[in-house]
Amino acid sequence: MNAPMTFDTGAPPPKGSRERLVVIGNGMAGCRAVEEILARDPNRFEITIFGAEPRVNYNRIMLSPVLAGDKSFDEIVINGADWYTDNGITLVSGDRVDHIDRAHKCVVARSGRVEPYDTLLIATGSDPFIIPIPGHDLDGVVTFRDLDDVDKMLAAAEKGGDAVVIGGGLLGLEAAHGLSLRGMKVTVVHLMPTLMERQLDEAAGYLLKTELERRGQTILTGANTKAIHGLDGKVVGIELEDGTRVKADIVVMAAGIRPSTGLAKAAGLECERGVMVDDHMVTSDPDVLAVGECVQHRGLCYGLVAPLWEMCRALADHVTDAPSGYLGSVTSTKLKVSGIDLFSAGDFSGGEGCEDIVLRDAARGVYKRVVLKDDKLVGAVLYGDTADGSWYFDLLKKGESVADLREGLIFGQAFASGGALADPNAAVANLSDEAEICGCNGVSKGTVVKSILAGACSLDAVRSTCKASASCGSCTGLVELLLSLTMGEDYGGAREVKTLCKCTSFGHDDVRRLIVEKQLKSIPQVMQELHWSTPDGCASCRPALNYYLLCALPGAYVDDQKSRFVNERMHANIQKDGTYSVVPRMWGGLTNPRELRAIADVVEKFNAPMVKVTGGQRLDIFGIRKEDLPAVWADLNAAGMVSGHAYGKSLRTVKTCVGSEWCRFGTQDSTGLGVKIEQMTWGSWMPHKFKIAVSGCPRNCAEATIKDFGVVCVDSGYELHVGGNGGIKVRATDFLCKVATEEEAMDVCAAFTQLYREEAHYLERTAPWIERVGLDHIKSRLLDDPDAIRRYAARFRYSQQFSQDDPWAKRASGERRDLHAHIATVRPLVVTPEMENA
Amino acid sequence: MHGDWLDIGPKTQIEPGTARTLPVEGGEEIAVFHTMRGEFFALVNACPHKQGPLSQGIVHGDVVTCPLHNWNISLRSGNALGADEGCVPTIPLRVDAGRIYLKRSAVLSPRAVLA
Ligand code: SRM
Ligand SMILES: Cc1cc2nc3c(=O)[nH]c(=O)nc-3n(C[C@H](O)[C@H](O)[C@H](O)COP(=O)(O)OP(=O)(O)OC[C@H]3O[C@@H](n4cnc5c(N)ncnc54)[C@H](O)[C@@H]3O)c2cc1C
Ligand code: SF4
Ligand code: FES
Repeated sequence: MNAPMTFDTGAPPPKGSRERLVVIGNGMAGCRAVEEILARDPNRFEITIFGAEPRVNYNRIMLSPVLAGDKSFDEIVINGADWYTDNGITLVSGDRVDHIDRAHKCVVARSGRVEPYDTLLIATGSDPFIIPIPGHDLDGVVTFRDLDDVDKMLAAAEKGGDAVVIGGGLLGLEAAHGLSLRGMKVTVVHLMPTLMERQLDEAAGYLLKTELERRGQTILTGANTKAIHGLDGKVVGIELEDGTRVKADIVVMAAGIRPSTGLAKAAGLECERGVMVDDHMVTSDPDVLAVGECVQHRGLCYGLVAPLWEMCRALADHVTDAPSGYLGSVTSTKLKVSGIDLFSAGDFSGGEGCEDIVLRDAARGVYKRVVLKDDKLVGAVLYGDTADGSWYFDLLKKGESVADLREGLIFGQAFASGGALADPNAAVANLSDEAEICGCNGVSKGTVVKSILAGACSLDAVRSTCKASASCGSCTGLVELLLSLTMGEDYGGAREVKTLCKCTSFGHDDVRRLIVEKQLKSIPQVMQELHWSTPDGCASCRPALNYYLLCALPGAYVDDQKSRFVNERMHANIQKDGTYSVVPRMWGGLTNPRELRAIADVVEKFNAPMVKVTGGQRLDIFGIRKEDLPAVWADLNAAGMVSGHAYGKSLRTVKTCVGSEWCRFGTQDSTGLGVKIEQMTWGSWMPHKFKIAVSGCPRNCAEATIKDFGVVCVDSGYELHVGGNGGIKVRATDFLCKVATEEEAMDVCAAFTQLYREEAHYLERTAPWIERVGLDHIKSRLLDDPDAIRRYAARFRYSQQFSQDDPWAKRASGERRDLHAHIATVRPLVVTPEMENA
Repeated sequence: MHGDWLDIGPKTQIEPGTARTLPVEGGEEIAVFHTMRGEFFALVNACPHKQGPLSQGIVHGDVVTCPLHNWNISLRSGNALGADEGCVPTIPLRVDAGRIYLKRSAVLSPRAVLA
């Protein structure tokens, strides 16, 4: 079937009467170029087209619907055999051109056929990129480029089983969709953290991933394939860098494409990533043209068809002596997976002077983002509702100012250009009484207005009377408009909630409540469900969300290291010169010769310029380089010491005094209790840092009454104090309660800590928290119900199971080496790869 | 690629949303960033404020927040954003066939190229 086949023209015109045009590549660009030329001057050339594929010209982009079973091959043919015949074109299909001889102006095909040309057109398209990992050449590893590939996939699907698609770009996802519809169990392995990262931002990528997972595909992002495993030469599975193995009966490599430049390069034509062409698609040889995915024009290579159509027009204009010129294209992408609406266009990576407008509608699963620069639209990403895609794309291509449309731009064409609707006040006033305002609670406009007239004259009052805006909060703006429309001058204005940061209109309490209520599980999910106005947050909200999720989902949430402030990511305190200080834990301020010796050795071994006794009763080693941290920790670990979390929004120290063991005034074993409390609380993540102290008598040498939690021992038991602070604004503690035993003291400590963990705002220490909510609130939570202490303490101890492994030990054993090691060192003119994978 | 482009290894060595460093003997350390959107940038690893190591900051969008005093620096231009003023030299970077390349001349003297 692969034997060269030839359609010769019915009546060959006399040889030599016309210029000879030879086209290499019977694909989308090559044939379109011929069509464009024929439309301008049907008699100019005697045309021969070589195609490596043994078939006529078809619509390659429709291979996806063919795979999915929506189309047959016959339906996607663009030009059938009669097109070639009718236009006097010689098609040499199933015969690859192996050589271009520019000196003799001819091409040589694999079959030995030699074809002379006056003008040559290279339209060889792209080659799928095959990642050169072990096993890439096994039987069952296929690419997705032509009909043969589709046939291989269909054959595999017939047998059922597991498919792995390497690459979560457009091609990979369309392959995955097709295979999954054909009944295979599909896993997509994608290197980047976001699917289709070249076309989508993190937020849209997240929605896409969730939807595909809902449809039963397994999507592994941030996953690097290390090897493909086989048995008897046939693929059986893949292995990821982290050791995960996935079973596979077929592996589809869809990791990208490379312009096919081999022929042109060998012929000495100028090539970089693609074959270099000018604005008329002429290569470095004036008799050789090139078009399609194989070219590089003004520094760009394209992987979509729209630019090819424009190139073909310029090419045809040029060869028929009416040069117009191709200036480059702006492209847009749609994913051809039924039921998933997704559109992306232009450059939405943001950047200097760019402004994002984001609209999220969690109820409908919609995410829209447009990027403006100098009042012009430069990019758009739409997920869930792509009706306005072409409108945005048009605005983008026109490049005119959209300043006048700005207000309503994100709501789409109908809104932005429609009279009354463009004024939100008028739009709300025009709504009928039945119109639904709050989707979550099904509250109509009439009901909201009625409750306002009945005296609910603030947002909170509306929320508590008729429930509008009381759940997800996305209708808050509408309710506020109704308040001002209904009450006029009397409306006190929008409620003053301090928002978590500029990315959201929710305050900390709302975010914390909604994470629990809506069972949100990841940062991107919170951002989507709560209508974040930025694609991936900022340096304020990311650490806060990471903490809130960690607190809400102990053991289940996977900490997002990149959302952590440097100190918590590096498990050390950054210094002004970029080095770090290291503070090992000294339980309750106790130490011993072994620890002291290990610290002394570390100081000498790593040339630490200073060691200091801290205000928290332990030793601080200064001036350690980030590369040396794991080695320092290994030495400290060897002497039994663990991280002191001197860097964390977490339990810092438990300061103690000598107590009854030695002190003539001591009433209880304050040192011993301090050690026990530190062993219970260490490693816990908190809204802010948290300090504890235990003093052996009311002389209070451990300064327990300026700590977040303080214990003052007395003859009859333990006085427990909360909310002290010795920092910027000194605050003495409030007395919480008195207990009789050490166990009770520890339970109250655990319970209070947990209450703080669950209710305070991120970066709010206990002192300002208690000032905000009042001591009575704390007491009512912990003391009113006799069982409350036990419940809070139990939740604290549960979450502690997951946070009490020494973070230093993991790093010392080599985990996250990338955070510590340099990529390499550059010496003038040479690079020395010191590191693992450089 | 060759000539003026220095191959510093595969894209995969830098986790998205983080940066890694490249010390230059006799020169200034360079920070190579990988954003969550998958773009790569290289800058001198010193904040225009007080030389904070930008590589250690939180990356969001195409901005890094300096770990020392929270200035926001554009990875694209090296400019301080918002009310702050200052600029850190950027190093031309390209990615090809999964590998990262830096412009050699800029690596060796980033500030000369800027001038
Ligand atoms: C090392 C140490 C000073 C010392 O040499 O003694 C220290 C050093 C720093 N303190 Fe402190 N504080 C140290 C004890 C204290 C104390 C005393 C104490 O804990 O008994 C206080 C007052 C008590 C308190 O917190 O209520 C204290 C109140 C602060 C504050 C103000 C907090 C506040 O709520 O007002 C800050 C700023 C902050 O956290 O935002 C701060 C922040 C810092 C930071 C972490 C600044 C920073 O963010 O980089 C300093 C890090 C220096 C470094 O590079 O290592 N440090 N800091 C002490 C470490 C104790 C330990 O072993 O972990
Ligand atoms: C599954 C799939 C889905 C796609 N979906 C979309 C989409 O939705 N939207 C979109 O815009 N784009 C899509 N594309 C991309 C689009 O198909 C390409 O941009 C377009 O086909 C490129 O046209 P071309 O002529 O440059 O290359 P091709 O169409 O690949 O044509 C090149 C032809 O040249 C032949 N050839 C190569 N070397 C030689 C040689 N030495 N001798 C003889 N013949 C040779 C090849 O066999 C091939 O037939 C998709 C691609 C695929 C594979
Ligand atoms: S008081 Fe604390 S934060 Fe201030 S200089 Fe001293 S160690 Fe640094
Ligand atoms: S050094 Fe970067 S903000 Fe101060």
